[in-house]
Amino acid sequence: MQKLGEFKLPHFFNYPPYFTLQPVRDTREKQIQLWKELILDYCKTQKTFVIALEEEFPLFTNHVIERSLTHEAREAFLSALVSEGRAEWMDKGHRKCLILWHRIQDWADILIQFAKDNGLEDGVVTIEEIRSGTESQGTDLHGIDRTILNRALKLLEQKGKLVVFKGTSTDDEGVKFSV
Amino acid sequence: MVGNCLPPVKITGSGRPVLEPNEIECFFLSGVDLLCEDDPTTSFPHLKSGLLILTTHRLLWLPESDASSGGAAGGVPLAAVSHIFSVKKSLRSVFSSPRVRFQVSMSPEGRVAAVGSQSVVVTVVVRGKGDCDAFLAKLWENWRARAWEDAGSGSSNAAATAAAETATPSSSGGIYSSDGTVKMVGVSGILRKEQEMWESTDRSLQDAFQDLNALMSKAKEMVMLAEKMRLKLLSGSNSQTNATNDEEMGSKEEMQDWLLSVGIISPVTKESAGALYHQQLSRQLADFIKVPLEKAGGMINLIDIYCLFNRARGTELISPDDLLQACSLWEKFDVPVVLRKFDSGVMVIQTKSHSDEEVFNNVKMLVMKPDALRAGISASDAARTLGVAPAMAKEHLLSAESKGLLCRDISPDGFRFYINLFAEIDQDDIYLVKDRGIYASWVQANHSHA
Repeated sequence: MQKLGEFKLPHFFNYPPYFTLQPVRDTREKQIQLWKELILDYCKTQKTFVIALEEEFPLFTNHVIERSLTHEAREAFLSALVSEGRAEWMDKGHRKCLILWHRIQDWADILIQFAKDNGLEDGVVTIEEIRSGTESQGTDLHGIDRTILNRALKLLEQKGKLVVFKGTSTDDEGVKFSV
Repeated sequence: MVGNCLPPVKITGSGRPVLEPNEIECFFLSGVDLLCEDDPTTSFPHLKSGLLILTTHRLLWLPESDASSGGAAGGVPLAAVSHIFSVKKSLRSVFSSPRVRFQVSMSPEGRVAAVGSQSVVVTVVVRGKGDCDAFLAKLWENWRARAWEDAGSGSSNAAATAAAETATPSSSGGIYSSDGTVKMVGVSGILRKEQEMWESTDRSLQDAFQDLNALMSKAKEMVMLAEKMRLKLLSGSNSQTNATNDEEMGSKEEMQDWLLSVGIISPVTKESAGALYHQQLSRQLADFIKVPLEKAGGMINLIDIYCLFNRARGTELISPDDLLQACSLWEKFDVPVVLRKFDSGVMVIQTKSHSDEEVFNNVKMLVMKPDALRAGISASDAARTLGVAPAMAKEHLLSAESKGLLCRDISPDGFRFYINLFAEIDQDDIYLVKDRGIYASWVQANHSHA
């Protein structure tokens, strides 16, 4: 089976029509479904948060069969993720896409779990510690995209589960949990 | 009912009369009654509102309402006509439908025949729109030409001259005929002057094209010659089958095919059919199309038919627009062919029995071959296997795609079609390959290649 780095690719990755946006509605819907699954799967294992349409993205080109997705196809597949709430466009021109392989709500739950696991139910932690500290090593939180983290924190703040307080610079931002 | 009095006329599947050799249609009139007005006691039937076709040999009457059902059609051989009465202009004739009367001879048993003891006067009542005077003129012309006497003897070309005469536009015999002695003034006078001017232009044009008419009568001889050669070839191949080798047979068959496609002897023309032109053309086309359609496997491109049909018509070419109109009229008649338009806009003619299922099955078999599974097929691959033109093959592939049977691959290498795997793959587990099924065979075909 073909691999992309550490990522195991499904068989149909070598099926040439997979790389041509299908014009027939039923066929296209199934094609889009398969692409959505593959993109989320890949981003999750590779901890990829942002796909830039104009840059090279390993999934969108298959060197073995010499096929690659057109811009239109890329946008169609990512738009399908956006409409399902599994991705968000980062700009109006649809050039960059934020992939939510966990939904924001799921990220929030992971944060709570992180606080509990590390005895931080009433403690304080900086945002940088969450993203790259030793405590988060080995969890999905490690290396999390800043935008996604902020969205999850805001959601928890609204629920009264924590307070975000600002320091002198963005690096100093901290979180006080009150789970 | 025609009864036993009139010789019956055979009708083709699409409702066109079957003509005798060298018989040519000259004039069409719709909404015509055929009856014996003066003597209702004769066996001559009363035929109501039908299509009257004047040919060089006969006067055919076809029931109009259900022309394709056949059976009830009859014809008066012009040979049986012993006298044609000229039209009496009376006050009464202004108000009633125009009538043409002629005398036919009848055998003692009450059948219309060339040699007979009695005779009856038959009246043609033109209830529909139609140029009655022009019809009468044509009837006279054909009756005197006696084209039926030449039937069988190919050497005489009286029939050919008659054909040439009929082929020329006969507008001069219109409403403003020679007996128009009434002086007209005012606007109608100006109109008449205009008409006369047209007629004189028409005459000079006819003079100029007389050479062409001669050419056309020669064309008919050429058709006859071709027919003769075909028969000769046919008998030749029968008598010495053992001696001729395959190659010679092949070329002979080709020659026969070629000769067969030389001629429709009596093409429907605008001059002869007038307002009924498209209707009659449509029926003739339906008759003609059977053989090429069979050869092409039940579906044929409209453009190809246009070429074949016009080649068969020889000099009386039709325009693409006329062809399209003739084809679209098929919906109204009970004919075994239909015009079909693909989503891409390509138009084809197909038999009603033609089924897409059969084509799809063939396409499916084609894309399921190991090589095609791996590398797909192009339109020209499909054309070779299905035995159709590449453009037609592409239409088949596209309609198979829209049915979800195939899907496409567009790459720098071209436009190819693959069997549709998307439906086969488990959406919940994208790594799963079921043991059996199309997806498994595709994976296997890919592996054995790699």
